[in-house]
Amino acid sequence: MSMVDGPTPLHTAKADQAAEDREAVGTPPGSSAAVRRKGWFGGLGEKWQELPRQKQWAVLIIVVVLAYLLPVINPPLISTEPGNDFPLACQTMAVWALVAVGLNVVIGYAGLLDLGYIAFFAVGSYVAAMLTSPDSTFLKIPYLWTIPVAMAVTMFFGVLLGVPTLRLRGDYLAIVTLGFGEIVRILATIIPAMKGQVGFQNLGHPPGLDAHGVPIFANSNGTPWYWLTLTILIIVLLLAGNLERSRVGRNWIAIREDEDAAETMGVPTFKYKVWAFAIGAGIGGMSGALMSGQVGFVNNQKFDVVTSVLFVAAVVLGGAGNKVGAILGGALVAYIPLRFTAIADYKYLIFGLALCLIMIFRSHGLLAARQQLLAYGRHAYNEVKARTDAKSAKAKAAPGKEASL
Amino acid sequence: MSESNETSGRHADVDIAGVDTVVAEAAAPERDIAVKVGDDLVEVKNLTMRFGGLLALDDISFTIKRGEILGLIGPNGAGKTTCFNAMTGVYKPTSGQVLLEGRVLNGVKQHKITRAGLARTFQNIRLFGEMTALENVVVGLDARHKTSVIGALLRLPRHTREEKSAIERGMALLEFVGIADQAATLSRHLPYGSQRRLEIARALATDPKVLCLDEPAAGFNPAEKEELMQLIRTIRDDGYTVLLIEHDMKLVMGVTDRIVVLEFGKKIADNVPSVIREDPKVISAYLGEPEDDFA
Amino acid sequence: MIPTLLTVLPALSTDDNSWITFDIPSLMQNFWSATFDGLTFGSIYALVALGYTLVYGVLNLINFAHSEVFIMGCYGVWFTLSFLGFGPSAPNLSLGSIVVNLLLALIVAVCASALTAFVLERLAYKPLRKRNAPRLVFLITAIGASFTIQYTIFLVRGPVPEQALTMFKPTPIFDVFGTIVDSQQLLIVIAAVIMMVVTERFISKSRTGRGIRAVAQDPDTATLMGVNKEKIIITTFVIGGILAGAAALFYVMKIPSGVQYNGGFILGIKAFAAAVLGGIGNVRGALLGGLLLGLIGNYGQILLGNSQWTDVVAFVVLVLVLLLRPEGILGTSLGRSRA
Repeated sequence: MSMVDGPTPLHTAKADQAAEDREAVGTPPGSSAAVRRKGWFGGLGEKWQELPRQKQWAVLIIVVVLAYLLPVINPPLISTEPGNDFPLACQTMAVWALVAVGLNVVIGYAGLLDLGYIAFFAVGSYVAAMLTSPDSTFLKIPYLWTIPVAMAVTMFFGVLLGVPTLRLRGDYLAIVTLGFGEIVRILATIIPAMKGQVGFQNLGHPPGLDAHGVPIFANSNGTPWYWLTLTILIIVLLLAGNLERSRVGRNWIAIREDEDAAETMGVPTFKYKVWAFAIGAGIGGMSGALMSGQVGFVNNQKFDVVTSVLFVAAVVLGGAGNKVGAILGGALVAYIPLRFTAIADYKYLIFGLALCLIMIFRSHGLLAARQQLLAYGRHAYNEVKARTDAKSAKAKAAPGKEASL
Repeated sequence: MSESNETSGRHADVDIAGVDTVVAEAAAPERDIAVKVGDDLVEVKNLTMRFGGLLALDDISFTIKRGEILGLIGPNGAGKTTCFNAMTGVYKPTSGQVLLEGRVLNGVKQHKITRAGLARTFQNIRLFGEMTALENVVVGLDARHKTSVIGALLRLPRHTREEKSAIERGMALLEFVGIADQAATLSRHLPYGSQRRLEIARALATDPKVLCLDEPAAGFNPAEKEELMQLIRTIRDDGYTVLLIEHDMKLVMGVTDRIVVLEFGKKIADNVPSVIREDPKVISAYLGEPEDDFA
Repeated sequence: MIPTLLTVLPALSTDDNSWITFDIPSLMQNFWSATFDGLTFGSIYALVALGYTLVYGVLNLINFAHSEVFIMGCYGVWFTLSFLGFGPSAPNLSLGSIVVNLLLALIVAVCASALTAFVLERLAYKPLRKRNAPRLVFLITAIGASFTIQYTIFLVRGPVPEQALTMFKPTPIFDVFGTIVDSQQLLIVIAAVIMMVVTERFISKSRTGRGIRAVAQDPDTATLMGVNKEKIIITTFVIGGILAGAAALFYVMKIPSGVQYNGGFILGIKAFAAAVLGGIGNVRGALLGGLLLGLIGNYGQILLGNSQWTDVVAFVVLVLVLLLRPEGILGTSLGRSRA
């Protein structure tokens, strides 16, 4: 699949080559230049690309610093208060952004529609709960360790679910994952050890006390949780970027575009689909652990399948296949009901409708951007650009002569 | 190494197919083939393909010799593309075998067949539309890469090395087929002729021992066909073996060393073009009045 | 799934073994009642499954919003019967007037479902077809449309299920192995089977049916041969809607308190599982898959001792079918289903 409209008129190579690297977070030097469409923020993107490297880094650092300071500044208008505590809202937004980045690997890169992503989120939450809450009979480990453990366990579940279903046509995956999302919730109800609606209380949190002897990572203190999540988000983004600009990312996109052709070109499609699914699942599990750690309580009520559809909406809203778009989409889907509490009850309707409208009218989402798929493509593209420029200059000088080329 | 070739290639004289020899060298394969030039590289043995009641391929046997351009022709529905698909693992043959360098390919997964050295293009172009031309070719090159997911995640040295060489070789291949100036264009935005060439470049990128082209000239005008013939010859001269399915008799007769003719799923002839041209069975089955096609 | 969970989480089974039991005596004891009830549910699944199967056959699309097409029919039934004075207890009416009332409800339900399907196709899917959108875009639109309809109902009717309506008091008809088959079960199964046979006849014999099969096989060639593809597609959606409307009547009959904004969701997944089980795109397969899934679900529920297990069992069946025989029991092609 590709998330764009059907055939478009032919572009000249030159017109398309105006584009440049536009990674928003942590682009290592030497990243590729690439072609992109203009989104609603297209002007912004172009300006970004015209900036020299150093300025891009400067802007990035400012953006990251601002992101860290967001709950402290608590800007009026943007703030969700008095309805909802703003630092906690920031934490929720960051978790949703992380979820969207993870699901983006599955949907945006590999083109696999996972409608049960909440199940992985739930598995991650339960791992954190069962390994830290005093209500659980399992062995206890420090909270911070549950984050990698949650990731590993959910990856295992991802592989378990992926291996039978990923051999099949893509649309079966959608229904199987939808079913799986529901099953995890039902199992949490039926299996006594998972404590159904009673759930697990007093989950662990990272260590540290403030001057008054209160834990820094208290449930009601959103800011440190937000910083933790944001840090993890940035690390995940860097790693996802590494994957994108490599064989792995290329193979995923190839599978998304034409699975049979990819297989014929030597791509082990099944293996890479399982990887995408497992990596997505792992990030989902990690987000679950982060969310439940902050909330401090896990029971079977929070893992509705409908939330999965909101996750999909988050990815699609920002622009599937685009990390920055996913962050924006995830944060927006979390933010809107928190900020505009009057419409919070209608969020499912709003985002359901948004899904349809985006797909029908603007299937590449708010931030239309193409993936960067080559780690060292910039030099080659620049050379091509220089050559085409020279050619077109020559063509201008002698009109008609090269018209046939 | 191809860095210098690339730059010098830009100034070198480009012949009619957009191919120049320096570039061709840079794009040339680096591989070991077990058989010698002129020996059987691919053997198709008693290949039979049945779909329900329909016998699409009936006991087909032929060989592809290393270094030749073999044409596979036949009227519509003769089973050419079916034969192709059975060879490249898209279909599982009902019976019979396909061997590459003596290794049986039956039941081998498609991507492994490609890695074993049998690459193909598609009759209806199937590029990765949202990728640039260069990225499309690099996907083909990835078939020979060994970077793991972990390696890519942590940017291990092998990843860096492979990525760098991929760019160089990818550009060289694009130059070789004559579309290097469109390297940064999304493949779905490429003009039709460039898309066909890109398909060939992408297949060449997998470093095949045999390159299978499925009607590469479909939709071309005579001038473009002429350029394509030139390109196919250059590919062969570069050390590739080529299997060519084609409708256009003039193209097939002009470029191939040997021709296998299929009709209703059966092989009716297997010989050099000059003999095929005169074969009454072929003429009656496929060509109709010989004057029409060979005048 | 279940055995793997057991091995993955050994502590769960050692510290309290009661979460999964295999109550075989109970299954033996209730075998026939479970069978008849299973067939009744299965018939309803089958009718809904047909809607999935037909659309999948023609468009290769899982129409996620079909569960909402169905639930709109349920609301049609509910509103009509409420208006006609039905309530939680069985009405005190003659057989004739009950039949008339139910027919009225059926007509309204069929209209509601068919109209929903029609609007859905025109507003959501047709624009995508026009610009030849990739499959994933279709799927996401489908799930979005399902959501939109579901939560529009939520907005209007709220989260609680509608008041239960009893259509008539089931009367025992005959006795099989000591288990009573009642009029309700008999009515649902027979009516559903008749509707499916009619549908199958229609698809195999009528001109429109031939068109549907032609489009299912090869839309482009069908268009070249003078089949109006757009008309065929919309007809397919409407047929699916009509069958879903009928299913809605039986569903409300069987589960009077099941009319709720999200009532179609799980039933939709099960109906889709039924379609896949029988062979998606295959009309007879939908019937077979529906009945089988109804039976398996009911047996599983009794065996495992909790009604929640029906859903789990249905899901496990779906995964197993996909794993072992993805083309389903009867094979998949709508185009090739001749009989």
